[in-house]
Amino acid sequence: MPPANPQANVRVVTLTIDGQDLSARADETIIEVCRENQIPIPSLCYLDGLSIWGACRLCLVELEGQNRLFAACSTRVAEGMRITTQTERLRRYRRTIVELLFAERSHICSVCVSNNHCELQTLAQKCGVDHVRIPYRQARYQMDSSHELFRLDHNRCILCTRCVRVCDEIEGAHTWDVMGRGSDCQVITDLAQPWGESETCTGCGKCVQVCPTGALVKQGTSAGEMVKDKHFLPILARRRHAP
Amino acid sequence: MTLLQSRPPLPSDDKRWKLVNATMRRNGYAGHALIETLHSVQDAFGFLDETAMRFVAGSLDLSLSKVFGVATFYHLFMLKPKGRHACVVCTGTACYIKGAGGLVDAIQERFAVGPGETTEDNRLSVLIARCVGACGLAPAVVLDGAMQGKQTAQQLMTRLERLD
Amino acid sequence: MNLDDLAELAEGYRAKEAGNAYEARVCMAASCQSSGAPAVLTALTQALGEGEGETGCKVKGVGCMGLCSAGPLVAIAPQGADLMGSTLYRDVKPEDAADIMASVGGAPLERLRCPTDQPFFARQRRIVLENSGIIDPDSCKGYVAVGGYAALVQALGEMTPAEVLREVTASGLRGRGGGGYPAGLKWSTVAKVPGDQKYVICNADEGDPGAFMDRAVLESDPHRVLEGMAIAAYAIGASKGYLYVRAEYPLAVERLTTAIRKAKRSGFLGARIAETSFSFEVEIRLGAGAFVCGEETALMASIEGNRGQPRPRPPYPAESGLWGCPTLINNVETFANIAPIIRNGGDWFAAIGTEKSKGTKVFALAGTIANTGLIEVPMGTRLRDIIEAIGGGIPGGKAFKAVQTGGPSGGCIPETHLDIPVDYDSLKTLGTIMGSGGMIVMDETADMVDVARYFMEFCMTESCGKCIPCRAGTQQMHALLDSIARGRGTRQDLALLEELCEVVQATSLCGLGQTAPNPVLSTLKYFREEYEAKLSGT
Repeated sequence: MPPANPQANVRVVTLTIDGQDLSARADETIIEVCRENQIPIPSLCYLDGLSIWGACRLCLVELEGQNRLFAACSTRVAEGMRITTQTERLRRYRRTIVELLFAERSHICSVCVSNNHCELQTLAQKCGVDHVRIPYRQARYQMDSSHELFRLDHNRCILCTRCVRVCDEIEGAHTWDVMGRGSDCQVITDLAQPWGESETCTGCGKCVQVCPTGALVKQGTSAGEMVKDKHFLPILARRRHAP
Repeated sequence: MTLLQSRPPLPSDDKRWKLVNATMRRNGYAGHALIETLHSVQDAFGFLDETAMRFVAGSLDLSLSKVFGVATFYHLFMLKPKGRHACVVCTGTACYIKGAGGLVDAIQERFAVGPGETTEDNRLSVLIARCVGACGLAPAVVLDGAMQGKQTAQQLMTRLERLD
Repeated sequence: MNLDDLAELAEGYRAKEAGNAYEARVCMAASCQSSGAPAVLTALTQALGEGEGETGCKVKGVGCMGLCSAGPLVAIAPQGADLMGSTLYRDVKPEDAADIMASVGGAPLERLRCPTDQPFFARQRRIVLENSGIIDPDSCKGYVAVGGYAALVQALGEMTPAEVLREVTASGLRGRGGGGYPAGLKWSTVAKVPGDQKYVICNADEGDPGAFMDRAVLESDPHRVLEGMAIAAYAIGASKGYLYVRAEYPLAVERLTTAIRKAKRSGFLGARIAETSFSFEVEIRLGAGAFVCGEETALMASIEGNRGQPRPRPPYPAESGLWGCPTLINNVETFANIAPIIRNGGDWFAAIGTEKSKGTKVFALAGTIANTGLIEVPMGTRLRDIIEAIGGGIPGGKAFKAVQTGGPSGGCIPETHLDIPVDYDSLKTLGTIMGSGGMIVMDETADMVDVARYFMEFCMTESCGKCIPCRAGTQQMHALLDSIARGRGTRQDLALLEELCEVVQATSLCGLGQTAPNPVLSTLKYFREEYEAKLSGT
C-alpha cells in the first residue's frame, strides 16, 4: 500500500514487466506496480490496505536471472528488474494451487451465497480451472450461525487470514486468529468459542466485507445474494497509518 | 487520554499461579513472553485451561484468540489434562525403521488409546514425539520422563501394565 | 584479561587435576544416561572410595563419546589423554565398577574392552567434538583448562571485528544447519547493515528425525557454543543473543543454563567480557514442538511469542530479523566451529575437507547399522567408508539398500552411488542434501514407498498451514502415497503425485514445503520399480 504522503527521498527505478518498460518508486512491491499499470496478477491473500501475508502463492512471478519464483506481493522492485508474470509454467502452477484449494474444503458454487461474487470463483475461471483433477478431501466442517448479524462457514474458508488482519490492523479488536497447524488450521474467534459469544467482536462486519469467499457472510442471505464491498479499506488504512 | 490497563488478579490462591506470574514479571509482562508463560503454566498445572489462557492473555495484554492460536500451534501444549502416566513414543526415522509403529499399534490394541489420547480411567496418556534424539536406542519410549531404549512391544506392554 | 592471563588460569586448573594420574570418564549424554550411566557413575565413585585410595583416579561425568549403541561407555584415561589414548569399556554395568577401578593403572579389563583403534574411532577427525567425552560439560573451569574461551579472549583483545570476519570468511565454513550458506558472507552482511540493536541467534531446534548432533554438542560441550556466539556478536556488533532450543532436549537445556550462569560468573558472558568494553547477554528460549521453527523466519516469530509461521524472504534476517533488527542466525554446529577457526586461523580450517566444503561434519549414524552413534569426519569422506568402515556395515547378514540423508528435506542414496564424497554439492547432485547431518541406513527389507510416505506424513503434520501448496499439497501427496503403498494407486495417481511434487517444490513459501517432495522424488529416481510394482491393474 502506498503511504499517504510519498516520501521525498525515495528513489525512482525503472523496470520491465512482461516486456513493458515502467517506472516505480523503489519502496513499491511488484504487485503494486502491476495494479497501478493494469497488469493482471492473480492473488487471494493480498489486499491493499492490509499487511503482507505472502501465503496464497498465486502472485508468484519469474525474475530474469533468478532460479526461484518470487511472490509479487512481498518483493520490492529494483532498478533494472525484468519480471514475467505470465508463462506456461506459472499458469500451470496457479491452476494447480487453485485446484488444491477447491479440493481442500467444500466449494460448491451453485448453492453458495457468494456465487458470482466470489474471488475464488473468478480466479478459477481466469486460471482455466474447468475441472478439478485432485481428489476432493470430503471433510466436513462446522457452520457457525451464532452471531446475530453474520455467519461463518468453515467449509468455504481458504485461510487467507484477511479477516484476522482487518480485525487486528484496522478495527483493532483482534477477535479473529487461526488455531491449529497444517491442514487442521481454522479461523477462530476468542478462545474458539461460537462467534456470537465473543466478548471482543464489535460486530463491525469488516471481516465479512474483506472475505474473498462465502466463508464469512451476512445472516439471511441465500444463494448468490452476498455482495461484498471493500471500498472502505484503503480509506481507513490510509487514515490509520497517517503520520 | 491514558488508558491504563490493569492486570487481572491471580485466578485463585493456588500457589502455582505465583510461579506463572513470576515468569511474566521476569519478562516485563511483554507480549513476546507468551510461549515462555504457557510453558510455565503447563509445568505448573500440566495443561492449559480456559482460566489460564484468560489470565495469561489479560496479564500480557494479548487478545484471547492470539493466545489460543499460539497454544494450539505448538504440539507440546496440552489443552486437556494428561493421565497419571505419560508414555511418549518416539517416531523419529531411526525408531520408525526399527518398529516404533508396532509399539503404537500394540498400545492401541492393548489399551485402546491412540496418540494424543488418554485412557478412560485416566491412567495413561499416549503421545508421539518427533525424535527424542536417542537414535542409538531405537525404538525409544519416554515413560513418565524416563527414557526406555530398544523397546519391544512385549517389554513395553509389561511395563505399561505394571503402572498404577 | 589477556591471553597470558587466561593461559595461566588454564594452567592452574590443570595443575589442580595433576594429582590424579587417571580419570574414569563416564558418558552422561542422553543416550548413555538412558541405558544406565548414572548408576554406573555412582558405582564407580563408590568403588573408588572403597579402594586403597592410592589409585590416583578421579571419576567424572563427561559428554558423548560417540558410540551410542555400546553405551553406557566408560573411558579410563591417563590425565589429559583424549579418547584414542584411553582404555574404553562398553556396556558397563554398576556391578563392573569394582573390577574397572581395580584395573586402573594395570592391565585393561578385557571382557568389557571396546578397542579405540577400530575404524569407528580411528577414521574420525574431531574438531567440533574435540572436547566431547573428555571434559565435564557442567564445568567452566574444565573448558578453560583445555583451552576454552581462548578464542574469545584473543578476538576481543587482539583482533578487530573486521579481522574476525576475515578469518571466518577465509575458513570457508558453510552453515551446518542444512542450507550450506557461507558463514563468512552471512556474518559480513549482518555486520554491514546499519543498526544500533543487532541479535545473534543460535538455532538449536534440531528437528530432523534421526539427527542428534546438536543435542550431543550442547550436552557435551555447551561452552563452545556460547564462545562461538560471543565471537559472532563481537564481529557483527550485537549485544544480545538467543539460544532457541527444543523443549524435547531437557538435558541440553539444563546444561546450557548451567553453562550460561558459570560463563557469566567467570566473565566470559554478560557485561564487559574479559574486562573489555564488549558486552553480550544470552537467553535461552524453548521451542514447544514445532519442526517448522527450525526455519529461520519461523524461529524468530516463535522467539517473538507468535505462531511459528515463516514469512516471505526478502527481507532476509540479516537486514530485518528479530523485531525488525539485523539478525545473525546460525545453528549449533556452525557456532561450535568458530573457536577453533579463530585459534588456528581460517587457513588451517580451509585446508581440511574439499574445495567447496571445508572442515569436518558431524553425522548421526542410525538405522540398521552396526555402530549407531555420533561421528565427525572431514568433508569429502566417501559415503561407503562412513557406512562400511566407520559404521561397521549392516548387522544380521542383510544387504545394504539405501542411506537417507537430510531428514524430511533430503533423499535416499542407493548402493550404486555410495562412492561419492560427502559434501554439500555432491549430495545435491544426487537429489538429496547434507541437511543437519542425520544419516539413516536401511537394509534390503526397507520398503521405499513406505519410507517416502513416512516422510510425507511428517511434513504434512509439521506444515504450519500458512501457504496453500504446503498445507494442501503435502496432504494430497500423502494421500496418494498412502493409496500407492496400500496397492490401490493407479498410474494416474503416480502422475498426479509427480506433478504435485513439482508444484509444491516450486511454489511453497519456506524450505519445509520446498523440500517436502525430496524424499518422494529421490525414491522415485532410484527405486521407481518399487512404486510401479505396487500400482493397481489399470
